[in-house]
Parts: sequence; structure tokens; C-alpha cells
Amino acid sequence: MLSLTWFLALSAVLFAIGTIGVLTRKNAIVIFMSVELMLNAVNLTLVAFSSFMGDIHGQILVFFSLCVAAAEAAVGLAIVIAIFRQNLTVDITKIKLLRW
Amino acid sequence: MVTYIFFVLATIAIASALATIMSRSTVNSALFLVLNMMSIAGVYLLLKAQFLAIIQILVYAGAIMVLFLFVIMLLNVEDEKTVFSKKIFRNAFGFLLGGVVLAQLLYAVAGYSGVLPDISAEMTYIGTVEAIGNTMFTEYLFPFEVTAILLTVAVIGALFIAQRNPKTQN
Repeated sequence: MLSLTWFLALSAVLFAIGTIGVLTRKNAIVIFMSVELMLNAVNLTLVAFSSFMGDIHGQILVFFSLCVAAAEAAVGLAIVIAIFRQNLTVDITKIKLLRW
Repeated sequence: MVTYIFFVLATIAIASALATIMSRSTVNSALFLVLNMMSIAGVYLLLKAQFLAIIQILVYAGAIMVLFLFVIMLLNVEDEKTVFSKKIFRNAFGFLLGGVVLAQLLYAVAGYSGVLPDISAEMTYIGTVEAIGNTMFTEYLFPFEVTAILLTVAVIGALFIAQRNPKTQN
């Protein structure tokens, strides 16, 4: 069986890819998807630790984090729709409401 | 055998994550993200977390990504001409910061690799629906109920934010 290090390394790589996506893309929906990627990477870490330590609480925490991710997706996409309605774009470099 | 499956799944996960942030079409990004979620669900199965693997596919690959695709097609976002913004400095900074995060995380993992726990004998039965349900409806009953309120509030908030505001309509 694999050691825990491999699972943590996979999670770290996915988290870093999500970070790069958030920092470099300009499409708001893709940025949002990168955030989901990072959330998933952290969930993977929690599940890996939970399984390897034989402790169920980590998996319960992942369940709650999934619920929060669902709520966040609903509200975030509603905000994207509201922004699109105002500006007719989802390009974050063209949204200037809170900038000077 | 498990090792091979893990490396195949990890390769799919990393490749689809890269494709998610690098494809020009937003719909392609979303579909690659579905692939990524599926392979992570496979990794959960390797970790014997059956309940979370199913929930991952149902909630993430099912519900959340359908919501994403629905919004993408509703907004009719056209393909971008360039994947990354034209500002070279911003891109370089983003990649640099991502690399720093990766290096730091891998360094931390490597530093603790000697003290990480070995595989637990209880792993095979803590991830079952029965075990998780047992803990969730006894020890975590109150947080579980609060989650229901959270989801209700999120749905109401999403409806309120996304609805057409009659005052700004002309």
C-alpha cells in the first residue's frame, strides 16, 4: 500500500494548480472553478489523514465542507450572474465597480 | 495493484486540473473539472472512504458542476482569445506564487514524512455509510441541522442576488 506522503503530494499539486488558476485567469467562472479545485485538494488531505489514522472525524469534516462548497457555489454563481447583468462581461479586468 | 491505480488516477487528476485552468473555452474547463472530481472520487475509494466517494460524485460532479454548466450556457460566455491575461508581470507573479506554494507544501510534506502515521487497521470500516451515519447523527447532530439552515439561507440568498431588480430595469 502507498504511504500517506503520496496522497499529500497529490493534494499539494492540485492546490498549487488551483492557486495558479486563481492568480492568472481573468474569467470569473474559471477563477471560481479553480477555487473549487483548491477546496477539493484540501478535502483530499482530510480524507487521507482520516483514513490513515483510523479517525472518522476527518471524513465528517469533509462532509460539512462539501455542504459549504455547495452553498458557496450557489451564492457565487448568483453573484456572477448579477455582475454579468450589470456589465455584460465576466472578465474580471473589466469590472470596475469597487475600484478607483 | 493499488499503487498503479493511484498513479493512473493521480495523473488523470493533475492533467485534468491543468486542462481546467488552461483551456480557452469555459465549457471545456467545466467538463475537465468534472473529470478531476471523478478521479478524486476514485482516490477516495482507494482510501476506503466509500461514502465520500459517492457524495463527491453526486454533489460535486453532479449538482455543483451542473450549476456551473447551466450558468456558463445561460450567460453565453464566448471563448477567450488568450488564456492568460496579457499583462506579463501579473502572469509571471501568479506562476511564481503558485510555484512557491507548491514548493512550500511539498517541503512540509517531505519534512514530516518520517512521522506520518502508517496505514490504520480501522481504515476499512470507518468510511462506510453506516459508520459515518452513526457518528453524524449522534455526535454531530447539531452541526448537521445547522447545515440544513445554511443550505436554505444559501438558496434564498442566491435567488435574491440573481433575480432581476425591477428598479434598475428600464
